[in-house]
Amino acid sequence: MAVITSDLTSAAPVLPKWIAPVLLLAFAYGVVPLIGSSYLFEAILLPFLALGLAGVGLNILTGYAGQVSLGSAAFMATGAFAAYNFNLRVEGLPLIGSIVLAGIVASAIGIVFGLPSLRLKGFYLAVSTLAAQFFVQWALTKFSWFSNDSASGVIDAPRLSIGGVALDGAVGRYLFALTIVSILTFLAHRLVTSQTGRNFIAIRDNETAARIIGIPVLKTKLLAFAISSFIIGVAGVIWAFAYLRTVEPDGFDLDRSFQILFIIIIGGLASIRGAFFGAALIVVFPLGLSRLGGFLLGDVFDSGVLDMSQRIVLGALIILFLILEPDGLVALWDRVRRRLLLAWQST
Amino acid sequence: MPLASYALGMMDASVYAPEVFARGLPLTPQSSVVGVVPTGSIADAAAPLLVLQGIGLSFGGVVALADIELSVRPGEIRAIIGPNGAGKSSLINVISGVYRPDRGHVLLDGIRYDQVPTQRLAHLGVARTFQNLALFKGLSVLDNVASGLAYKVRSNFAGQVLGIGRSPGEQRDSLSRADHILEFLDLTAVRDRLAGTLPYGLQKRVELARALVAEPRLLLLDEPMAGMTASEKSEMASFVRAARDRFATTVVLIEHDVGVVMGLSDRIAVLDYGRKIADATPDEVRNDQRVIDAYLGVASDNEDGAGI
Repeated sequence: MAVITSDLTSAAPVLPKWIAPVLLLAFAYGVVPLIGSSYLFEAILLPFLALGLAGVGLNILTGYAGQVSLGSAAFMATGAFAAYNFNLRVEGLPLIGSIVLAGIVASAIGIVFGLPSLRLKGFYLAVSTLAAQFFVQWALTKFSWFSNDSASGVIDAPRLSIGGVALDGAVGRYLFALTIVSILTFLAHRLVTSQTGRNFIAIRDNETAARIIGIPVLKTKLLAFAISSFIIGVAGVIWAFAYLRTVEPDGFDLDRSFQILFIIIIGGLASIRGAFFGAALIVVFPLGLSRLGGFLLGDVFDSGVLDMSQRIVLGALIILFLILEPDGLVALWDRVRRRLLLAWQST
Repeated sequence: MPLASYALGMMDASVYAPEVFARGLPLTPQSSVVGVVPTGSIADAAAPLLVLQGIGLSFGGVVALADIELSVRPGEIRAIIGPNGAGKSSLINVISGVYRPDRGHVLLDGIRYDQVPTQRLAHLGVARTFQNLALFKGLSVLDNVASGLAYKVRSNFAGQVLGIGRSPGEQRDSLSRADHILEFLDLTAVRDRLAGTLPYGLQKRVELARALVAEPRLLLLDEPMAGMTASEKSEMASFVRAARDRFATTVVLIEHDVGVVMGLSDRIAVLDYGRKIADATPDEVRNDQRVIDAYLGVASDNEDGAGI
């Protein structure tokens, strides 16, 4: 499994690496809130940010540390319901406090369900993480305490505010999500380029060699589960509080876990950017497909057909990616960019 | 899925043709001078760094190692040779704790282990390379080598993420030490390449660099020259010797190419069918009738080393 290379040894005037993300952030903070419609925020950007962050979390575990997990939605649910309960039951706790505590709870659950990784590998580990998926969903449905005894198991998000500044409306929730996602993504980037990140890759690429050169394999695997679950848990909070506003445990089912796994496969394993590339595709793709289908087929293309065709096309896309571009959209993007750069230089 | 897990069993399966080690083995016994003192031999007085006592290992009914005794002195380059399936790799795997011996024990610097604790090896000053490349393909050459120092890292992930505490210093230290080793092994040119993209011979050298960066007391090399061209082999041999001289490392190596081994090692142990049939200086081994017999079936097919 090769990893995304940043093999830009061409003689191009190399810009500092931080330029692109900084410009992107400036655009996201400065321009998007002014020009975006509420549809853009509600239907595209908010789910994109939440799923992108979840993808970053899963990528740390699966892309970098090589531990396959099918329990992502469970950690999202844990984060969402934990934040809800901290916010509800702890007087005077600021929202940020609830979110951090929710991440910590998710990471504790992640460590527990990561314990099998100490003995299991690959496919068998993936199946064992299904236990997290089913257990968490079952517990949240079974014990109504988690949803404050609401009859339907649905929780309503509290009002969002950071430091006393209320963030209402689509733009406010977008800025709330964008801030959290940016901070965590930056920290995740720092992590994967640190010694710990290198240990993750070492364990993924050759566990025996990693153990012999003295990397604490068991500790590092559990750390990967903890950090990954923390990030996915916070992504769950954004999903519940900023995007949907009302969620139930059923919203965090196995389909969601697979969706996040597809995000990192399509976007690019072991790449922070890849998670966002994949999330963009997963979010925009159904919208585009329904527009296209409606345009071409008219009324025949109802929601049932849409759902079906989505699954078929997505499945085909994943197969195509695994065969043609195993390193995902990120590799594709880098290749196109390099071509363009060369073409630009030769003119 | 990115799960490059090397099955342990695979390590033992040699993929290299037996004729490789026919080269360099003299077929006509030379006039033997008994009691020759080899150059570079170390005084007997020094306490051995590595001792194997009565090591036995079998897989099912197959006896891989039977009653192996071995004693390696500090600063020595000790080769272990033998035909395919003689148990050489099994022996290295026992010394590095990958296999658990059925009988006997290993003493590292006088401390006795029934099973060598693999995860403590680096702390004990032991490093090894693998017969099948075991680099981290997704890391750059520099990061691969720096990972050889990962066992020393004391900072936790939070400190590393935030760049506080001892982590910046550790980072600088391990990268600069890795850079030194890269320079020492003439790898600076490929410093930032992904390890998986390098040619085979260079990958072998990067693996040596990763093992050397921690300046181990004992270095175990599992076929460091397998699959290399003749010039790469002699280059690697000189690197191994230079590493011993510079870091005072004791080297235990397995090699098929007897010619290279003869020139490189201070002493040679010969295994055949899991038993040690000789343990002496290169000159003595060269003239040992049992050693010649062990290799004879191979050597006679290929009288002058043609077709290698």
